[in-house]
Amino acid sequence: MQKYSIFNLVKNAFSNHENWDLAWKDPTPKEEYDVVIIGGGGHGLATAYYLAKEHNITKVAIIEKGWIGGGNVGRNTTIIRSNYMHDENGLFSEFGMDLWRKMSQDLNYNVMFSPRGIINLAHSDAQMNAYARRGNSMRLNGIDAVLLNREQVKEIIPMADFSENVRFPIFGGLMQPSAGTARHDAVAWGYARQADSMGVDIIQNCEVIGFDVSAGKINGIRTSRGNIKAKKVGLCVAGSTNILAEKLNMTLPIETHLLQACVSEPVKPVLDNVVTFGAGHFYVSQSDKGEMVMGGDLDGYNSYAQRGNLPTLQHVLTEGIAMMPFLSKLKMLRTWGGIMDMSMDGSPIIDKTHIEGLYLNCGWCYGGFKATPASGWTFAHTIAQDRVHELNAGYSLNRFSTGHLIDEKGLGTKTWIS
Amino acid sequence: MLYINCPHCGMRSQNEFSYGGDASVKRPELNKEISDQEWDNFVYNRKSLRGKHLELWQHISGCRQWIKVERDTATHEIFRTFKADEEVA
Repeated sequence: MQKYSIFNLVKNAFSNHENWDLAWKDPTPKEEYDVVIIGGGGHGLATAYYLAKEHNITKVAIIEKGWIGGGNVGRNTTIIRSNYMHDENGLFSEFGMDLWRKMSQDLNYNVMFSPRGIINLAHSDAQMNAYARRGNSMRLNGIDAVLLNREQVKEIIPMADFSENVRFPIFGGLMQPSAGTARHDAVAWGYARQADSMGVDIIQNCEVIGFDVSAGKINGIRTSRGNIKAKKVGLCVAGSTNILAEKLNMTLPIETHLLQACVSEPVKPVLDNVVTFGAGHFYVSQSDKGEMVMGGDLDGYNSYAQRGNLPTLQHVLTEGIAMMPFLSKLKMLRTWGGIMDMSMDGSPIIDKTHIEGLYLNCGWCYGGFKATPASGWTFAHTIAQDRVHELNAGYSLNRFSTGHLIDEKGLGTKTWIS
Repeated sequence: MLYINCPHCGMRSQNEFSYGGDASVKRPELNKEISDQEWDNFVYNRKSLRGKHLELWQHISGCRQWIKVERDTATHEIFRTFKADEEVA
């Protein structure tokens, strides 16, 4: 594989950049693989990469219905954080933070990781107490957390509404300084390029039609481009999880919902951090191009549409303007939607299934992007070793039966209905 | 914007409604032996169909009645609406 470096950049400049190698090939599916990963999104690509890198399993195919990186890894708001209270989520995400910090070097691809810090705003004394508790839990797990008072928040984000007579005054906030953002497409492309270079077949425009299961064991998959035999199959398809589960006669604790995001026109640098509104569901950061990147609530009803509806967008942006009134002056540049695999406790599932050789990776809710490296790493481990790693042991499929839910917000089932 | 034909009030915008999830889910009968699996299916497990989906909505800013709506989860087209206790053929 051609290394991306300043030397190669200069060298290729002499031939008008027309002789760069393709970043990944376009192979036809082989008859058989050791591992087939269904879903060429961030998590699927990362899984294939870590299968090859950490476990030396390279007879691997990624099967993607559309094109790689065209789903949620290309539709998110690029936020990376590990500000969780529960041990399972905190330790898993913090392991991921380490992978994020090394990712550009590791992949030889600039993913533009920018640890600019995230601030969750608090709007009442009770919320400050809850944030103090979460911050303490984070610090016990080795995650950086700083509780800010009103004056400290004002110093960092003076453009927020600090006037006295607002409905949701800012009392303070909880900051994770090491959180941040990354260039989402680069993450998918970086993983794809490295996985391809180690022998992984990235097969696009290939839809999975069915599964070949006999005597409780997976033997392969049926696709729009023919049958493929496989010793092991990993499902990594986010909002399409239920569609594939139905073909396996599985009913999962997952519902597919629509989440929208949007960006404003680009403006000069005004916001250095990621900021979330604490009295609703709204978050904002500023991209390197200057656009304000914003998101919030789900549309609120089961949906596979990948496009949103205006009432929700209006509701979300009303919260944004309450938090930072200057946003009302900006013009909207783009809005889009993606379909989320919402789990019933708000936490993901990375586990084996009752079918031998079939592995499940789903339930990422709104938080899939930041989990990309840790999800790929632990899923690769689970597939390669046929057992879960301690980092994803809590993300079991049977926790819903046994009552070991990981309910970060304490909202019970269907955490998205609030 | 979705427009939902409330069987009690007529056509209204989605802003007046709140969503209640899959209407095909049945609570297990109270006076019989219930397995953990049955409870799991009632509380957690969902088919989350792509296509025609029968679901509950509440006309929260109108008559406050729960209703059933048959809607396509891929196109958002609404086919039929029913009163909560109406049998759906």
